[in-house]
Amino acid sequence: MSDRVPPLLISILCIGIAILYLPILVLIAYSFNASSLVSVWGGFSTSWYTELMHNDQILDAAWLSLEIGVVVSTAAVILGTLAAIALVRFKRFRGRLLLTGMVNAPLVMPEIITGITQLLLFVSMLHLFGWPHRGFTTIVIAHVAFCTAYVTITVQSRLQTADRSLEEAAMDLGSGPVRAFLDTTLPGIAPALASSWLLSFTLSLDDLVISSFVSGPGASTLPMVIFSKVKLGVSPDVNALASLIICLVGACVLLAGYLMRRSERQRVRDAHLAGH
Amino acid sequence: MRAQATLKMKRHGKWLIILPPMLYLLVFFLIPFAFALKISLADTAVRVPPFTDIFTLSPDWHVHVALNFGNFKYLFTDEVYGLSYFYSIKTAFFSTLICLALGYPMAYAIARTSKSTQNILLLIIILPFWTSFLLRVYALEGIIRETGILNSTLLWLGIIHQPLQIMRTTFAVYLGIIYSYLPFMVLPLFATLEKLDHSLLEAAADLGSPPWRAFIDVTLPLSMPGIIAGSMLVFIPAIGEFVIPTLLGGPDNLMIGRVLWDEFFGNRDWPVASAVAIAFLVLLVGPIALYQHNSSKQFEA
Repeated sequence: MSDRVPPLLISILCIGIAILYLPILVLIAYSFNASSLVSVWGGFSTSWYTELMHNDQILDAAWLSLEIGVVVSTAAVILGTLAAIALVRFKRFRGRLLLTGMVNAPLVMPEIITGITQLLLFVSMLHLFGWPHRGFTTIVIAHVAFCTAYVTITVQSRLQTADRSLEEAAMDLGSGPVRAFLDTTLPGIAPALASSWLLSFTLSLDDLVISSFVSGPGASTLPMVIFSKVKLGVSPDVNALASLIICLVGACVLLAGYLMRRSERQRVRDAHLAGH
Repeated sequence: MRAQATLKMKRHGKWLIILPPMLYLLVFFLIPFAFALKISLADTAVRVPPFTDIFTLSPDWHVHVALNFGNFKYLFTDEVYGLSYFYSIKTAFFSTLICLALGYPMAYAIARTSKSTQNILLLIIILPFWTSFLLRVYALEGIIRETGILNSTLLWLGIIHQPLQIMRTTFAVYLGIIYSYLPFMVLPLFATLEKLDHSLLEAAADLGSPPWRAFIDVTLPLSMPGIIAGSMLVFIPAIGEFVIPTLLGGPDNLMIGRVLWDEFFGNRDWPVASAVAIAFLVLLVGPIALYQHNSSKQFEA
C-alpha cells in the first residue's frame, strides 16, 4: 500500500493541510506584531502578551474557565467511565438502549439546541426548587453532560479491547469483582482515562454556545469574553490571547494522543506476552 | 451463604455502576427536551421566567391545562423561519459536498502512505479539530478580511487592484464551514480506505480495467460507509452552526442557529425559540438519527 502516491493526490493533501494550518500560523505571527494596526507589520514585540497580563476582565474569565474545566473533566471522567463499564461489561440491563442513545446523542445534537433545552431546565428548576442559580454551577452541569458522552465513547473502545484474563485470574484467587477490576483492568485503561480527562478539559475550555445559554450575569467564561471582543473585529490583544489558548490546547491534545498511543502499545505488548 | 451474598451484591453493584451516568444524562440531557416542548406550548409573558404556566391548579384542586399552539403556527406564518431552515440545509449540503471533494483525495493519499507517516499525518489532521473552534474561525477572519493577508498578498502580486470583499459574504460562510469541519470528513474516509482490500484493485487491473474504472467500480462503492459517515459528521453540525454565520457571514446569511440565538437573546421570546428548537429537532435531527440507527443495524447484520 505504501508504494508511489500520485503527485496530484499529494498536492491536494498539502493544500488541505495548508488550509487547516495557515490561519493559525498567521494569527500567531501577528500576535507578536508591535504595530497596533492589525494589517501592518511593525516589528517583533511581546507587548500584547504583557498587556494581556494586566487585563482583569480576561484574567478573571480565564480563571473561571480553568476552574470549570477541571471540575467538569473530573466529573465527566468518573461518570463516563461508569457508563463505559456498564455498556461493555453488562450485556443486558433495563435501559441499555436508552443509555446508548443518551451517550451518542450529545455528539450529533447541535449545541444551540442542547444549550436552549438545558437553560429551560435550569430556569424551571430554579422556579420550582430555588436551585441552581445560573452561573458556575449551571455551566459545570451542562458541560459535564456532553463531556461524559465523549469520555464514554473513548473509554468504551479501550475497554472493549482490554484483556480480561488477568481480572479473571484475580477473581479466581479470591478478589471480589470490584477489587479485581481496580487491581488489574483499571491500571491498563488509566492512560485512556487521562487522555479523556484532557480532551474533556479542552472541550469545556472551548465551549461558547452552551455556556452562553446556561450562564447568568457575572459569570463570563473565556470564550464568551473572546466572542464579544471578536464580534467587533480583529484586535492584537485577542491575537495574543488566542495564540496562548491554541498552544495550551494543542499541548493537551498532543499529550492525550501520546498517552493513548502508549496505552495501545502496552496492550499489544501484554497481548504478546500472554501469547495471543 | 457467601455465594448468595456475592450474588446479591453483584446484582445491586451493577446498578451502582449503571445508575449515576444514566440518571445524570436523563436529568440534564434528556428531560430538558421535555421542558422545551412544554415551554413551546406556553405563552410569552412579561415576568421571570418570561412565559406562562401551562398547568395551573385552581383553588378547588382542578388542574387546568392551557396549551398554546400559536408558537408553532407562527413558524409557518413568519417566513423568516422557513427561509432560514432551507438556507441552513442548502448551506450545509453544499459545504458537505465541497468537504467531500477535498477530503476524499486527502484521505486517499494518507491511506497510501506508510504506517508511520499515516500516524503523523492523522495527528496533523486531528490537531486543529481539537483546537478551539471559535479561535479558528477568528483566525480565518485574519486571512480573508479586507486588509487581511490574502488581499495584501494578491494586491502585492498585482493580481487584483481592489481588495476582494470576502468577509460578510456567503462565500466566507462556506469557507468557514469547510475549514472547520474538514477533519470530520477526512477521518472516517481514511478509516474505510485504509481497510480497503488491495487485491480487488489488482484483480480489476489484471482484468484490464484502467485505474479510473477500477476506482469507480471498486474503491468508490467500498468506501461508501466512510463517505456517509463523513458527510453526516459535517452536515449535522453545519446545519446548526451559529458562530460561523455570525462572525463571517453578512446579514442575509440567516442560518437557523442564528435565528434561534436572536429569538432568545434579542427578542427574549422563549416560547417561540423553544418551538423553533423543537421543530428543528423533529424536521432535521430526527430523520438523521433514525437513518443512522437503521444503517448501523444493517451494518451489524
